[in-house]
Amino acid sequence: MTPRAAFWRGFRDCAPFILIVVPYSMLFGVVARDAGLDVVQTMSMSVLVIAGASQFTALALLQDQAPVFIALLAALAVNLRMAMYSAALVPYVGHARLGTRAVMAYLMVDQAFAVAVKTYEDHPDMRPDTRVAYYFGCMMLICPFWYGCTLLGALVGQAIPAGYMLDFAVPVCFIALTAPLLRSLPHILAALASCVAAIAFAWVPWSLGLLVAAAIAMVVGAQAELALRRRQARAG
Amino acid sequence: MIDDTSFWVVCVLLGLGTFAIRFSFLGFLGGRKLPEWALLHLRYTGVAVFPALVTPLVIWPDATGGVPDPLRIVAAVAAFVVGLKGSVIGAIVAGMGTLYALHFIQTLI
Repeated sequence: MTPRAAFWRGFRDCAPFILIVVPYSMLFGVVARDAGLDVVQTMSMSVLVIAGASQFTALALLQDQAPVFIALLAALAVNLRMAMYSAALVPYVGHARLGTRAVMAYLMVDQAFAVAVKTYEDHPDMRPDTRVAYYFGCMMLICPFWYGCTLLGALVGQAIPAGYMLDFAVPVCFIALTAPLLRSLPHILAALASCVAAIAFAWVPWSLGLLVAAAIAMVVGAQAELALRRRQARAG
Repeated sequence: MIDDTSFWVVCVLLGLGTFAIRFSFLGFLGGRKLPEWALLHLRYTGVAVFPALVTPLVIWPDATGGVPDPLRIVAAVAAFVVGLKGSVIGAIVAGMGTLYALHFIQTLI
């Protein structure tokens, strides 16, 4: 496969995700304007960060008058998973030039990452330059839609009356993102611990309860996984 | 309302921080492996942060002045149930749709 063919193949493989990116980025535009950001602020965030879940996290906490460092820490915590993606990509595209790798890092998003790594695993004979081209094909489609639809949402958002209860779109969005993550018992236990701890620590000032709850939930998930592995080792 | 200074500080630092996370291994850590304990905990960041963020927003919504609203709780459950089937868009539609439908029924009664 030539790099050009690989680019277009990545483009096609990631095309279905447009169905998620379009409404999700529009929703960010709408919700951001609803929270009082102007169009420039809304767009700056989408362009600088391009990571929807963390953008919603920062927005929700800022709107809740949480201190700046809490909003920042929580939003960064949401993005920590991408350190795993970064590590997972090294064996496949780590040979690329530093500048190229920097652009690849900027464009790294969940779904396209998942598609790219699966393709690399399924086709171990792919040439290194073909892999890089494929990666850009995957990401190239998502990025313009992300910007464009945030702008669209930010522009039309003001026309949506308060009766539509758009404030609720934020928790609904997070629920939609979380439910598919509950794919094993440790994940379910971590999510439950997170809910319970968030309620138990809701009294803690400056939204610190969120960070406490998240830390507890991560430990619960990790310990549950270890316990499960021990049990399987005994049974096997 | 969100204070302008707070917004720009969070926006710029979040942009830089997120890039640093994405660039970490591709950029400056090279082929180094994450320690096993770090990978173990990183797998649970999503399910650890999102529920803690959502739960208070659903139980004590700002829009009702922090008073629990049964309609929102039912709508959240609807979004969750559809989301379990793996459809992100479906979950959003189910959540907001349920809220609108219940609200409409409530205005009729």
